Amino acid sequence: MIPSAFDYVRPADLGEALRILKEREGEAKVLSGGFSLLPLIKLRLAQPGLLVDLRDVGGLNGLTRDGDLFRIGGRATHRQILEDRPLTDALPIMKDAASRIGDPQIRNWGTIGGSVAHADPAADWPAVLQALHASIVLRSADGERTVPARGFFIDTFTTGIEPAEILTEIQIPFPPPRSGGSYQKLERRAGDFSTVGAAVQMTLGADGRITQIGIGLTAVADSPFAATHAEDALRGAHPNDELFREAAAAASRQSRPATDSHGPAEYKRAMVTEMTARALRAALARAQAQG
Amino acid sequence: MTTQHVRVTVNGTVREADVEPRLLLVHLLRETFGLTGTHVGCDTSNCGACTIHVNGLSAKSCTMLAVQADGAEIRTIEGMADGATLHPLQQAFWDQHGLQCGFCTPGMIMQSAWLLGQNPDPTEDQIREGISGNLCRCTGYVNIVKAIDQAAGALRAADAAK
Repeated sequence: MIPSAFDYVRPADLGEALRILKEREGEAKVLSGGFSLLPLIKLRLAQPGLLVDLRDVGGLNGLTRDGDLFRIGGRATHRQILEDRPLTDALPIMKDAASRIGDPQIRNWGTIGGSVAHADPAADWPAVLQALHASIVLRSADGERTVPARGFFIDTFTTGIEPAEILTEIQIPFPPPRSGGSYQKLERRAGDFSTVGAAVQMTLGADGRITQIGIGLTAVADSPFAATHAEDALRGAHPNDELFREAAAAASRQSRPATDSHGPAEYKRAMVTEMTARALRAALARAQAQG
Repeated sequence: MTTQHVRVTVNGTVREADVEPRLLLVHLLRETFGLTGTHVGCDTSNCGACTIHVNGLSAKSCTMLAVQADGAEIRTIEGMADGATLHPLQQAFWDQHGLQCGFCTPGMIMQSAWLLGQNPDPTEDQIREGISGNLCRCTGYVNIVKAIDQAAGALRAADAAK
């Protein structure tokens, strides 16, 4: 498939990239790894007039711990995340998700910022970032703003990012003691987009109660969302299997899956219950192992 | 739309071209440079037939623009054999009947070469995971996995002899 014609620039630094985006607002698209954007362009579902390739823009692919925050550069690849031991030791949910995205070639080149900005409802990072109460840093020629991941994903392929902004960083709070998380992905074939994905991050108090809980769901609504009803049922409670089943059922009731080639909506709702329950049990086991 | 100058090193040889930005890397290799060993299968980044190495990382060249590779070191299937001596992966695919129609083979070999660079002694599961982005519609993968395992052994032996 041959894309329609476009212009291409490869700015040397972030300032130049932001200037170009501002000057060509509305017709320019940012190119990161390309494994989300180029398939759309090849199918002519997107026809940008100008691609702004961030390849040569430095300082956007770091993975660092800065006090109580992990800072992940927007151009960090899935593979970099998968292999970053300080990050995946503290947040194994990041490894769960990164290891199930696409295939090895795609993980070599696809970036977290590209995936998040693209906002495919079946992509894995958006639900994980909502479970982790992560924040997203957006830069434009006029300044910088930091927005919560919850609320960023507005609709299918639609986020709160403005046309002249670049997603430069993702910030994840460093988990307190007795924390654990898990991402459970149901896929039809290895490497597929999710049929259903459930992300859970949990923190236990000294008395064993759930003090913090985040649940994000993939592919079962127009955009990935936080299962707040399930979170409300869990917060402050002592974890047990019956409670987990109730919370998972609440997550399922909050989901709005569509019938498509991955299966009927009814099946997906049942799978939300199952995958959420699995993620809750796995997250609890990890949190307890840390205690 | 203006054309852009692209300069890449392909299998050790510097090559240059003026290209439209929309030209895909796989078409630069096949049509501009005449290196037709890299195949276009699904053209949607699923099948892996177009797998090559870009700066040492395996990549699906149907989902990269030629301009993105400007300045890069590229390795394709044509860069694997040493004159008339097949690369151990090529020899192993031959020995183990790791192909039938052969369409997926260049991509399989390039992805396997990257995998063995990362992990010289993979388990069967790791081999299968490593080629999970490469589809073969003939063999059922059994002989491909055997071939990669044979090549891993040969490469380790060659390494130990150094």
